[in-house]
Amino acid sequence: MEEGKGLSELLDPIIIMFLTFLFGSMLRSATPILLTALGETYGESAGVLNLGAEGMMLTAAFAAFVAGVTANSVLIGVLVGVGTGMLIGLIVAFLVVTLRADQIVVGVGFDVAAVGSTSLGLRVVYGTAQLPLLPPREAVNVAPLSSIPIIGGLFNQPALVYVAILLTPIFYYGLYRTRFGLKVRTLGENPMVADTAGVNVFLFRYMILVLVGAMAGLAGAYLSLYQVSFFRDNMTQGRGFIAIAVTMFARWNPVNVFVASLLYGGAESLAGGVQALGFLRTVPNEVVLMLPYIFTIAGLVALARRARIPPALARPYRREL
Amino acid sequence: MLDKAEHAIRTVGITKRFPGVVANRSIDFDLMPGEIHGLLGENGAGKTTLSSILAGYYHPDEGEIYVRDKFVRIRSPRDALKLGIGMVYQHFSLVPRFNVVENVLLGLDVAGQDVKDLKTLANAISQRATELGFTIDPWAEVSELSVGEQQRVEILKVLFRGASIIILDEPTSVLAPVEVEGLFRTIKSLASQGRSIVFITHKLVEALEFCDRITVLRSGVKVGTLSKSRLKSAREVVQMMFGAEIEPTTAKRVQQVGEEVLRAEGVFVENDLGHEALRNVSLTLHKGEIMGIAGVEGNGQKELAEALAAIRPLKAGRILMGGRSVLGSNPAQQYDLGVAYITDDRVGEGLVRDLTVAENFVLKSFRKPPYRKGLIIDWRRAEKEADHLIDEYAIVARGPRSIARTLSGGNLQKLLVARELSRRPIVLVASQPTHGLDARTTQYIHQKLVEQASQGTAVVLISNDLDEVFALSDTIAVIYRGEIIGLLPRGHATREQVAHLMVGLQEESGKAAELVQK
Repeated sequence: MEEGKGLSELLDPIIIMFLTFLFGSMLRSATPILLTALGETYGESAGVLNLGAEGMMLTAAFAAFVAGVTANSVLIGVLVGVGTGMLIGLIVAFLVVTLRADQIVVGVGFDVAAVGSTSLGLRVVYGTAQLPLLPPREAVNVAPLSSIPIIGGLFNQPALVYVAILLTPIFYYGLYRTRFGLKVRTLGENPMVADTAGVNVFLFRYMILVLVGAMAGLAGAYLSLYQVSFFRDNMTQGRGFIAIAVTMFARWNPVNVFVASLLYGGAESLAGGVQALGFLRTVPNEVVLMLPYIFTIAGLVALARRARIPPALARPYRREL
Repeated sequence: MLDKAEHAIRTVGITKRFPGVVANRSIDFDLMPGEIHGLLGENGAGKTTLSSILAGYYHPDEGEIYVRDKFVRIRSPRDALKLGIGMVYQHFSLVPRFNVVENVLLGLDVAGQDVKDLKTLANAISQRATELGFTIDPWAEVSELSVGEQQRVEILKVLFRGASIIILDEPTSVLAPVEVEGLFRTIKSLASQGRSIVFITHKLVEALEFCDRITVLRSGVKVGTLSKSRLKSAREVVQMMFGAEIEPTTAKRVQQVGEEVLRAEGVFVENDLGHEALRNVSLTLHKGEIMGIAGVEGNGQKELAEALAAIRPLKAGRILMGGRSVLGSNPAQQYDLGVAYITDDRVGEGLVRDLTVAENFVLKSFRKPPYRKGLIIDWRRAEKEADHLIDEYAIVARGPRSIARTLSGGNLQKLLVARELSRRPIVLVASQPTHGLDARTTQYIHQKLVEQASQGTAVVLISNDLDEVFALSDTIAVIYRGEIIGLLPRGHATREQVAHLMVGLQEESGKAAELVQK
């Protein structure tokens, strides 16, 4: 195949560029999904379905951006983002644990409210003027590894990416190797069992929802402060829902969550790379951009069908006969 | 600390109200150290409520509780745990997906019991089990254990939490006769170690056999406490329980078994997990016959009932009605062919909690006249019929438009029975028809079943209650591990024989069973 040979010679540097880009960006794309899904894993394991993840991320992204700009500090931005997520988690907990409101309605309600209120907030704070600039953030180099060709990008990431990766084993250990985790999982299996074992079901679910909020908040802060450097209307673009899907097809195991997030990140980077480098010109851009979402649906269909959902998921608890 | 106290527990004037009922009315109860105290009463007498209050699951509206002669406030199961009160719930409080060790571990920290690591705990569990006279694999997932084993795990769990006061809620209701003996031995050895036991039951014989004292509750009120030594006759207790004497079900009816109506030939069926649940089952039912299926729960009874009702497909074999195969019927067609099914899962499979009495009543028949009128359902007719049944069966409900959820367990069961019998079925499959019901309702349903058989219906009575099987059946079939291992006409079967067959001790009674088989 003479023609093939010529083509490969021609494309070689482009393919190298493409792969370099892919490895560099897949972790960055995976991080917000990973952070949110780690939190959701705890929430769902404890029997609380937080469909408000999208809204939590979006609100936190907005709050983190405003705080980061105002204080001229990324760290303060991140802290405010996390705090915002925790606050929403607390409100959700009050609604679904104390008032026993329907978890699906509350979650979706928060998502819808977040889109409108953050867009409004953006215009109230900055009017229609140009958005202010954030202070610069530097990527953290893992010294020798980051200079490896092609995959070196994996080791040249923003700090929060490393944080997310390090949280994975911690979350796994916490859920499957500690008494605390056993109690959390018991809440999702049968809260009555936890109750009779002296676990304060309400307090635990409050704590867990605050944790869920903190993680979604961190993910939101990452989106506006690290991934891009501004806030845009509805900038989460369904990542909260994807995180919920990832949680399910990872079967509530943080290690699987990491793998699934990485696959999603890969799909998103692939879409970005194909678009940027102008591969597959015959295929419309929109089709390429569908990749991560198709991946999510395929993952759900393939894996989540067989998943065993925590029996007490989305059921409010009350003592009864 | 245990020895010095006069009472392990004492309550004064415990009152608990639920919407519409007073579950406990000013109950004084006391439990001595090392005592086995029976708490006896019909369903709804308030036994579970009282014990749930002691276990911290409910808060009393009024009254005081003293533990080891000290006034205490028990606000939650956590408080009860710390006071050394442990409850073995009727529907166990175990997580099926966790292994034994994990289930035991849960709550140990709250009770102030510490363990070094899981391995140590596992060894301790095995050791404790041996001391109590049984073995358990600490690493087995609870879902893989039999009900009897699960109960032992539940007891171990309570012991590991350091409970000195143990409440057992109807512990024998889920066990086979052989397992009950083992449980009694376990409880007696616990009591001899100085632990105090509250033993809840509605089975009089058990309470008499086994308890030091018996407290009888009726409609939320304590009728009295009897010490076994001063008890004159069982009749006395029965009167305390029911107020007036209740005759045991009389099944003396003229036996008129007619022609064959249903025959199963070499039926094989799988359970939900894809395991073989029925193996080569052959049965012949005759007009007017009551065939009791005796067996320990989980030996294929449920699958047998579902195979007959065409809910579960056959893997092999066939079922004939009037000589014609009904293979390929769906449940609705099977119902139309005359097979009615009283499921043991009253509100899961039998009735819909959020529909009205009338809606539940026509659930199986609305497709056909008289309830179908053209394209719509004739609700006027349905409600009239339902109203009629409410009267006939003495169902306590405001009317045909009451939501099923608002009915008590016994009345829901009456509704289910009423619906299934209303079509005058040829075959009636009744699975645990009186499970969890009080004596009056049980007796009423027994009457209905006998009445139905006298009118020519062939009844398949599946029950865990041997008394029930013996009282009603013309023929007793024993099911064990998916096989019918004995078919005994009434009069030829002794309780001991059937009980042995039920647990697979075939040798002793094998001969007798063989003699009458076919």
